Amino acid sequence: MHTKTIAELSRMLAAGETSSEELTRHYLERIRAHADLNAFITVTEEEALAEARRADALRRKGEAGPLAGIPIAQKDIFCTDGVKTTCASKMLENFISPYDATVVERMKRAGMVMLGKTNMDEFAMGSSNETSYFGPVKNPWDKTRVPGGSSGGSSAAMAARLAAATTGTDTGGSIRQPAALTNTTGLKPTYGRVSRYGMIAFASSLDQAGTITATAEDAAMLLNVIAGFDERDSTSVDKPVPDYTATLNDDIAGLVIGVPKEFFDDGLDPRVAECVREALKVYERLGAKIVDVSLPNLGLSVPTYYVVAPAECSSNLSRFDGVRFGYRCENPTSLEDLYKRSRGEGFGAEVKRRIMTGTYVLSAGYYDAYYLKAQKTRELIKEDFCRAFEKVDVLMGPTTPTAAFGIGEKTDDPITMYLNDIYVNGVNLAGMPGMSIPMGFIDGLPVGLQIIGNYFEEAKMLNFAHRYQRETDWHTKLPKGFE
Amino acid sequence: MEWEVVIGLEIHAQLATKSKIFSGASTAYGALPNTQACLVDLGYPGVLPVLNREAVRMAAKFGLAIGAEVARRSVFARKNYFYPDLPKGYQISQYELPVVAGGSIEIELEDGATKVIGITRAHLEEDAGKSLHEDFHGMTGIDLNRAGTPLLEIVSEPDMRSAKEAVAYMKKIHTLVRYLEICDGNMQEGSFRCDANVSVRPKGQKEFGTRTELKNLNSFRFVERAINYEIERQIELIEAGGKVVQETRLYDPEKNETRSLRAKEEANDYRYFPDPDLLPLEIDDSFLEEVKKTLPELPDAKKHRFMESYGLSAYDASVLTGSRAMGDYYESVVRTLGDEHAKLAANWVMGELSGALNKDGKEITETPISAAQLAGLLARIIDNTISGKIAKDVFEAMWAGEGDADAIIEKKGLKQITDTGAIEKIVDEVIAENPGQVEQYRAGKEALLGYFVGQVMKKTQGKANPGQVNQLLKQKLG
Repeated sequence: MHTKTIAELSRMLAAGETSSEELTRHYLERIRAHADLNAFITVTEEEALAEARRADALRRKGEAGPLAGIPIAQKDIFCTDGVKTTCASKMLENFISPYDATVVERMKRAGMVMLGKTNMDEFAMGSSNETSYFGPVKNPWDKTRVPGGSSGGSSAAMAARLAAATTGTDTGGSIRQPAALTNTTGLKPTYGRVSRYGMIAFASSLDQAGTITATAEDAAMLLNVIAGFDERDSTSVDKPVPDYTATLNDDIAGLVIGVPKEFFDDGLDPRVAECVREALKVYERLGAKIVDVSLPNLGLSVPTYYVVAPAECSSNLSRFDGVRFGYRCENPTSLEDLYKRSRGEGFGAEVKRRIMTGTYVLSAGYYDAYYLKAQKTRELIKEDFCRAFEKVDVLMGPTTPTAAFGIGEKTDDPITMYLNDIYVNGVNLAGMPGMSIPMGFIDGLPVGLQIIGNYFEEAKMLNFAHRYQRETDWHTKLPKGFE
Repeated sequence: MEWEVVIGLEIHAQLATKSKIFSGASTAYGALPNTQACLVDLGYPGVLPVLNREAVRMAAKFGLAIGAEVARRSVFARKNYFYPDLPKGYQISQYELPVVAGGSIEIELEDGATKVIGITRAHLEEDAGKSLHEDFHGMTGIDLNRAGTPLLEIVSEPDMRSAKEAVAYMKKIHTLVRYLEICDGNMQEGSFRCDANVSVRPKGQKEFGTRTELKNLNSFRFVERAINYEIERQIELIEAGGKVVQETRLYDPEKNETRSLRAKEEANDYRYFPDPDLLPLEIDDSFLEEVKKTLPELPDAKKHRFMESYGLSAYDASVLTGSRAMGDYYESVVRTLGDEHAKLAANWVMGELSGALNKDGKEITETPISAAQLAGLLARIIDNTISGKIAKDVFEAMWAGEGDADAIIEKKGLKQITDTGAIEKIVDEVIAENPGQVEQYRAGKEALLGYFVGQVMKKTQGKANPGQVNQLLKQKLG
């Protein structure tokens, strides 16, 4: 049952071939069986079964929508009413949210069943899921390796089919990179397409909610539910939401794929480059035109990202002060002691590193040299992308320079870790939508093809992804022991 | 040495919106602690601010009223610092691009001259909560009801040269924001408060002296006293060979002194940067046109109109336009009586009515005597039903809620005696009863006329028409 896509499960539920309760029990069973992956922080077994029964009852009354009863897992960055929402931090270890994030609320309204909350890098800061207070997540393809990050719990859970679909957030590649490293389909919509309300903020101008699924078709079905204007998020965009499933099978003959030459730099594993070339051949067979393009300022994206994101995070995380919620140190002797120890003890090393970096770049005397300059380079990067889209329909390239690296391999060297996101950071800075889809294996480890769309052209991007998945079977491959 | 004082004010006016600037929680004053703070005000994880359009409308209204530029595009920024009553660890304010820039307002000086005070900018921001240090032994209580209340911070140019000018400016802004109905002006509740930047320099010197910032000034009296104290302190310090240190000082009204709160070096680095949760605030022409339509007649315009239409002195006009409600009240009385009685109306509104209001600590909006009722009373003076003196008694009865003027006059039998025959009879009685005084009067002591009038009034309980009494007495005695 777990090898089925949402689209297939939806048909089975509609036809009465299974029930939501049966499906939910099946996934809960798998979550228990594969607990060693550490993909979940919280499993909401009872609530899930109750929701499943509700969905089944609705279906019997003929009131169920296409996604009603489908069991999913939420990244633990989304606030869930009455359920622990930890952001994988000691700071929020016991925080029970009093409200639902918009993404959660919309999925609930569609009747979807939440199995639990997935592990992640602490406050979404990391590329390997190793900064989680609840320990690293293992990659189902090789348990000695990372599943990527920050949505590593979601990508591992999806790769191991512990849920029919999962959610993620992508601030600098945190959906696409883990999807690439786990042979799953990751979708980061345009900034503003999906509400950020109730998603614990890391870097507000970059954060975007999305999904990690088995297929592009599943991603389209979920995007139909979560996309759209939310008056509670001023940066969400009031633009009509198309039916993303309606154009999945559109002909792509004659459409133009731009391949940025900057993606093929020295850091790229030549075997990954080979996979990209093979994938492009598939598109050529479908009649798409491949052209070379250049994003001359792409090299600035990692340094720009590591000024903008920490600056915003240093301010966003100020609310975790031990006063109203979250971790508070034992026996504070003064206000300053309360602040210093609550934050010093409650946050992990990577979070503290970014808060300090961010505080520094916003400080008087450094603001112009760092923060303001980063805003300017961000504008240059964005202009590069916009110029490229004057001539192409989508951009394609590798999602990551290499396949999954080993747990512990890069933890001592943050710069090397940051460079793993070199191909994905720029898309966040530009605010454009991006995907990663399975495109092959290197020594048994999956790698991903990145597809980047123009603003609000998720439908076109999904169309490209789906047409590729009709021609290939990479996305159907499951890790050994999880079939 | 002769010193010149330089003062600039930063006024915080709480905008009279129903809900907070970035959330839907109520702004009503006086609720139980933390009952009017929603998840947004509490800075919960994941919540986001949404700008209250009404606050923007009010800021734009103020900008238009002071002839300032209302920015087509302004930006909200985060001011970062840690404090328990600041839930997010930053205050959302405006920094580089405020919504209002470059206006001015005219104040009147004591000698009757006027002076223009420049207003550098006015920006929107959220208020913090309150820290309550007194009620909890060894601990601090936090009340976040005020957190997120919209404020308009109005920053003046350093154009004021004395504490009196500073107070005149603050009062002028206070009148204006109430006219515009964008702030209730309640200083006790902290809806209108200010910080003052004060420095001194030798007269004739161009450069400013080092300034200090005085905090916690929540009454006109404190503003004047704090600034005067600070001026004296600075001059004494410099004359004794010392130097003024740039610092923030707190005014203590009980001791009437200012004391150092923190030096410039200890000041926070607020790390301002544009708030990524809020889009830049864009204001277009149609929005401004709409706001313009809601602008009332402004205090200065109303004052000049009162002087011209009603022949009032500058002082009277100024008092009667002190608030929009006062001006409306006065005009309502005049409208009933006719313009020719504008002066009578002014005397009564400024005299009896204001006196009674002051005595009871009431605002004009809380007056127990409506404008129509007061006009009803004055109409009886005009048609000679009662004298001005009796009218004061009637006014008192009206104030006590005994009814309209006519009913009180009727009930108490206060109607003036205008029947010549009746008055004549009493005049004759008085003359007959006071032969000695009559003799003296006739011998040339004309000042005694007042005595006879008094006697007649006594006999009529003040109801005789004073004009007729005078006339008859003169006739009979003469």
